[in-house]
Amino acid sequence: MSLKAALESGKFVVTAEVAPGKGTDVEHLLEDAAVIKERVDAVNVTDLQSSVMRLGSMAFSHFLTDVGIDPVYQVTCRDRNCLALQSDLLSAWALGIKNVLALTGDHPTMGDHPKARPVFELDSVSLLDVIGKLNSGVDMAGNELKGKPDFLPGAVVNPGADNEAALDLQIMKMETKIKAGAKFFQTQGVYDLDAFEKFMKRVEGFDAKILGGIILLKSVGMARFMNKNVAGVFVPEPLIQEIKAAENKAEASINIAVRLVEGMKDLCHGVHIMALGWESKIPQILDTAGL
Amino acid sequence: MEEILTMVEEFDRILVLGCGGCTTVCCAGGAREVETLATLIRMDRKQKGKPVETLEAVTELQCEPESVKPILEKLANQYDVVLSMACGAGVQTVAQLFPNHNALPALNTLFTGRAEEHGVWTENCLACGDCVLWRTGGICPVTRCAKSLMNGACGGASEGKCEVSKDRPCAWQEIYHALKRLDKLHYLKQEPQVKDWPVHPGKVVREDLREGEATRVD
Repeated sequence: MSLKAALESGKFVVTAEVAPGKGTDVEHLLEDAAVIKERVDAVNVTDLQSSVMRLGSMAFSHFLTDVGIDPVYQVTCRDRNCLALQSDLLSAWALGIKNVLALTGDHPTMGDHPKARPVFELDSVSLLDVIGKLNSGVDMAGNELKGKPDFLPGAVVNPGADNEAALDLQIMKMETKIKAGAKFFQTQGVYDLDAFEKFMKRVEGFDAKILGGIILLKSVGMARFMNKNVAGVFVPEPLIQEIKAAENKAEASINIAVRLVEGMKDLCHGVHIMALGWESKIPQILDTAGL
Repeated sequence: MEEILTMVEEFDRILVLGCGGCTTVCCAGGAREVETLATLIRMDRKQKGKPVETLEAVTELQCEPESVKPILEKLANQYDVVLSMACGAGVQTVAQLFPNHNALPALNTLFTGRAEEHGVWTENCLACGDCVLWRTGGICPVTRCAKSLMNGACGGASEGKCEVSKDRPCAWQEIYHALKRLDKLHYLKQEPQVKDWPVHPGKVVREDLREGEATRVD
């Protein structure tokens, strides 16, 4: 079943994510994807995440279609102007890619080429708008296309924004993204189900499917790093202590993820699991959570 | 300073030309800075055993030809090179008016900004040609947001600070607070905005001001 069909069916949707590396080696990534192929509805492919130069998301998304996985092609506005973005979108469709996640993208200063010139001619909202135009058969300039795509456009939202202004801005932007055509949202990593429930109440009635983000906690160090450095991600201290006290860290991480999946089942339309190389643990998480 | 000394090393008669506009206001190229720079150049060249003559002058506005021409004409034949302490527009005005003289930039023009407090300046305008300040609480997202976002905040801010630098406030959170204060938060619930970026180099022609231009002697 495609991601589109899965979202429309009303079932609790599961997506995962793979991140191409620096270089041309894709074998291990395909192995990671193969492990979860039968268990997820789609797999995101990140676009130079954290502004680190890597193999591109279009190429790997295409590889996923080759092995029968429905990819979510992540596209950021950091590195391409509107000509390149539109052309890449057409190319992606021609290569069999049907889902696009429209992102603004991190600033180059965050990555390994910090002096790179950022583009940001478009942003996540205007990119969604452009995807809508391409879907309707015209480009940004109003020129007619010969053969048009039919992308399922998605976007992201950060329910853990750390103050009232930031959260209000996230929710207002989410509404604008829906106006611009976003059909589904994948959220930033969530660890606090109570806060997530409050967020879901605020966006009740929004006309889009929401998949709660789950980042597998691989270690205490990783949790502390994210708390310090990743905007909108907050791992509560009890969870950090749970990992710290556990003899088997992986098992503790799986237990936490299972509780999050179970909690989200009643709150939103699916989960987006960011396993960061621990894709092999996703089937066990889903089994235990009864999915 | 080293860069300036290298620029002028082939010249023996230098006109150090300040500007009475922006670079005077931001203490980078007014009368005082002209005097200091001319002195430093003379001292350096004396030390190197290659003395130099310096002239000092300040134009009213170096980006206005009318302000530059009389001064340069009055001092004609007294200098081989103009070391301009104006912004890049001023340097180019000099270069264009006197194509047979070198016009050298003494300053690196950084941005169009304003004095945040004494001795602190911030970039505030990118001259994008499509001002949105009326609906952003007087805070420019094109300039003050590191990504020039037009449709609201990205998810990168942490504790109100931009992902690019902890000493930089998130422009969109500032816009939010300003609009909330003005009771105009609904301005943020807008249709998707796509910005038309200007084509460089910019040019403006005001026909109403050009009437009678044919009689003007350039």
